[in-house]
Amino acid sequence: MFGKLTWQAIPFDQPIPLAAGAFVVLGILAVLIWIVARGYLPYLWREWVTSVDHKRIGIMYCLLAAVMLLRGFIDALMMRSQQALAFHAAGYLPPEHYDQIFSAHGTIMIFFVAMPFVIGLMNIAIPLQLGVRDVAFPTLNSVSLWLTAAGALLVNLSLVVGEFARTGWLPYPPLSELTYSPGVGVDYYLWALQISGIGTLMTGINMVTTILKMRAPGMSYTRMPIFCWTSLASSLLIVAAFPILTATLAMLLLDRYVGFHFFTNEAGGNAMMFMNLIWAWGHPEVYILILPAFGIFSEVVSTFSGKPLFDRRSMIVATMAICILSFMVWMHHFFTMGAGGDVNGFFGIASMIIAVPTGVKIYNWLFTMYGGRVRFNSAMLWAIGFMVTFLIGGMTGVLLASPAADFLLHNSLFLVAHFHNTIIGGVLFGVFAGYVFWFPKAFGFVLDERLGKAAFWCWLVGFYVAFVPLYVVGLEGMTRRMQHYDRPEWHPWLLVAGLGALIILCGIALQIAQLWVSIRTREQRRDLTGDPWDGRSLEWATSSPPPAFNFAVLPQVTSDEPYWSIKQQARAKGQLLSQEPDYAPIEMPRNSPTGFVTAFFAVVTGFSLIWHIWWLVILGLVCAYVTFVVFAWRDVHETEIPAAEVARLDRANRAVRAEALRAQAPR
Amino acid sequence: MSSPLLPAGSDAALAIAGITPDALGVRSAAGPASKRIIVGYGFWIFLLSDVIMFSAFFAAYAVLFRNTAGGPSAHDLFDLRNTAVETACLLLSSFTCGMASLAVGQRNQRWTQIALLVTGLLGLAFIVLEIREFSGFVARGAGPGRSAFLSSFFTLVGCHGVHVSAGLLWLGTMMAQFYAKGFRQDIRHRFLCFSLFWHALDIIWVAIFNLVYLVGSLPPELLP
Repeated sequence: MFGKLTWQAIPFDQPIPLAAGAFVVLGILAVLIWIVARGYLPYLWREWVTSVDHKRIGIMYCLLAAVMLLRGFIDALMMRSQQALAFHAAGYLPPEHYDQIFSAHGTIMIFFVAMPFVIGLMNIAIPLQLGVRDVAFPTLNSVSLWLTAAGALLVNLSLVVGEFARTGWLPYPPLSELTYSPGVGVDYYLWALQISGIGTLMTGINMVTTILKMRAPGMSYTRMPIFCWTSLASSLLIVAAFPILTATLAMLLLDRYVGFHFFTNEAGGNAMMFMNLIWAWGHPEVYILILPAFGIFSEVVSTFSGKPLFDRRSMIVATMAICILSFMVWMHHFFTMGAGGDVNGFFGIASMIIAVPTGVKIYNWLFTMYGGRVRFNSAMLWAIGFMVTFLIGGMTGVLLASPAADFLLHNSLFLVAHFHNTIIGGVLFGVFAGYVFWFPKAFGFVLDERLGKAAFWCWLVGFYVAFVPLYVVGLEGMTRRMQHYDRPEWHPWLLVAGLGALIILCGIALQIAQLWVSIRTREQRRDLTGDPWDGRSLEWATSSPPPAFNFAVLPQVTSDEPYWSIKQQARAKGQLLSQEPDYAPIEMPRNSPTGFVTAFFAVVTGFSLIWHIWWLVILGLVCAYVTFVVFAWRDVHETEIPAAEVARLDRANRAVRAEALRAQAPR
Repeated sequence: MSSPLLPAGSDAALAIAGITPDALGVRSAAGPASKRIIVGYGFWIFLLSDVIMFSAFFAAYAVLFRNTAGGPSAHDLFDLRNTAVETACLLLSSFTCGMASLAVGQRNQRWTQIALLVTGLLGLAFIVLEIREFSGFVARGAGPGRSAFLSSFFTLVGCHGVHVSAGLLWLGTMMAQFYAKGFRQDIRHRFLCFSLFWHALDIIWVAIFNLVYLVGSLPPELLP
């Protein structure tokens, strides 16, 4: 009846996962009870769960990422404390638990923190920057969000029911084959990623179509904001790379479920084919994450330096060059495979070449700041911290790209330090900059600057204290993922690294405090004009938060920085440029529970596949098909916002902007 | 050629690449595209991603082709007559799908339904032939668990078969929608996507037919 699922799946004998699981379950229950008791449930369902508004979907993506960041960071703290304690000792985490923790940490941080945070910011900003009303496929967008959340739910479910993979964030065979990993851990990993991967692919398709086919009148390719360009590059990479992940994980699933021999040791299977396939997705994946972050930094640096971005064209060319090169370097992840000097040489040089367009970008940002009137807002601090930190990460990357050096450093903590250097110093600092930058656009009030700056300094210092020691022990020969060790010269460095993790903890605590304080004092920090940073692109041309339809009339774009040029002319005249338009009713897509319902059945199907509950698998798939038919059957797709309502909202926005212009006008 | 909207340098840069600004849509002053263009474009992007997924399975097949682990090879197994009939069914079904597109263009309910029904029956015949082929292999001890070569063969060809089966479900839904709701614009957009999907499966099949069945049937000494 319930396949492999029995009471033994609940870890009653392991206190740490049981306590953690109980805590999470109680927490979720408490939140649910609070929501129901306060009567928020209908509101949540109507306005958020079924929403197809790109801004709300973006906010929910970021919220998912923030919650998962806490989960992933707890894993990180446990790993750092284990390694700080486990010198000539067993530490407090038994090996099978420690292995699950480093696997969950990597999986969660990449797939359920970095990806949703980046995609969330893309959702919030891109339609606004393009000057349009929504993404190309709003309901599909909601499906993507909820499928990503379904994957995250499955990963976290493994904490309470069963176990998670012990195979690292990429399940290398033959270890991940049924012979060596007979439990459900790898299956949790595989189905969670298949489900969320479909969501990500749909987002990629949605964003490519939105950017290429839906732009405000007059917005040519070269006039698109740089964040749209880098998001386009990232979305193209999603479309080109995620199908490879789906295929590769499907092959491993077939090996595990029905005895195929893709990657097994027996019957002609080829484990190295897994490495090649998974990294043919995996290397583009790191650019999927970092390119939008580069876009955020471009927007932030230009806005807070009060200057147009230095040489936009070279920035665009560099972005697209990275986009293409990212598919030509995958083998540098396993130089030790022994492909021979020629092959290793090719991939080594190709990897180093990526440093060239990246270097171009660094100079673009530096020259943008040069001669500008730089405002040291916390978003700008994240950008400057990024430039320094990412540069170091890039240089250690070039070092690792040399096959000769890589043979020594492969699989060591030096590598771990390198990719945290680029992912924390690049992606995470990027999304934090974007969070500060676009928060007022999403919610209508600015975040507290003092706490934000304190959080930045904790993160920056904490990062160096935590990861420079890992570079050192890596050079001294410490391999990654060690549950215990007996080399005395490593111990002090690992104690320092543990201290660094605690400093980062302070940074996270300060960010939570910043959010709390800002919400409590939101009335004093309202962004009334919709343009809190003196912005340059179209998202600042509408109110904060924007109305559901974004723009009462689609803006006409006549320059590279559409809002800035309009604003400069308006400032010179001391009044709004345009006359009040003739307001017309606006058709907006109707809310739909399709995404939530699809994800619900995806969770049911995924869970029963993991536990071999075959009747429930079939039921889940049938229900998913029924959902599809019901969605196809609906007759009304859109709701109309009446012209009077459009006029009311737009007039209010025009009034505050006109007032602001009068106040700024030259006397 | 100078542009009223852009600095002169941009046209020069594009001219070097041999691209006219119009071809790139650089001068697009029109604003968002129509719903039909957006739906079709998005679905094309999805099809490209699907082709990439197949390319991963093709790559795995190429890598594992010789890993027969002492079991039967492609040359021992493939029966080109069966494949020829399968191919005929699928290509004909694409033709009838095209006829359905014409009937939809004419808003002709009867011929739309007939053409789609024939399309579906041909697709079903393809699936039946494929299942028969697969079960024949399994009966001869050449199931997917026999060797890495057979694993990759069953996965590649089976993935195409799963696509055709999903397409049949979709086709049934399309017929029901045309019947119940008529030739509404959004349903015609969906049918545009369906026909793109159906034709794309043909393209994949042509690649499978050539690279798997024809190459696999060559005598081993002729293989590179």
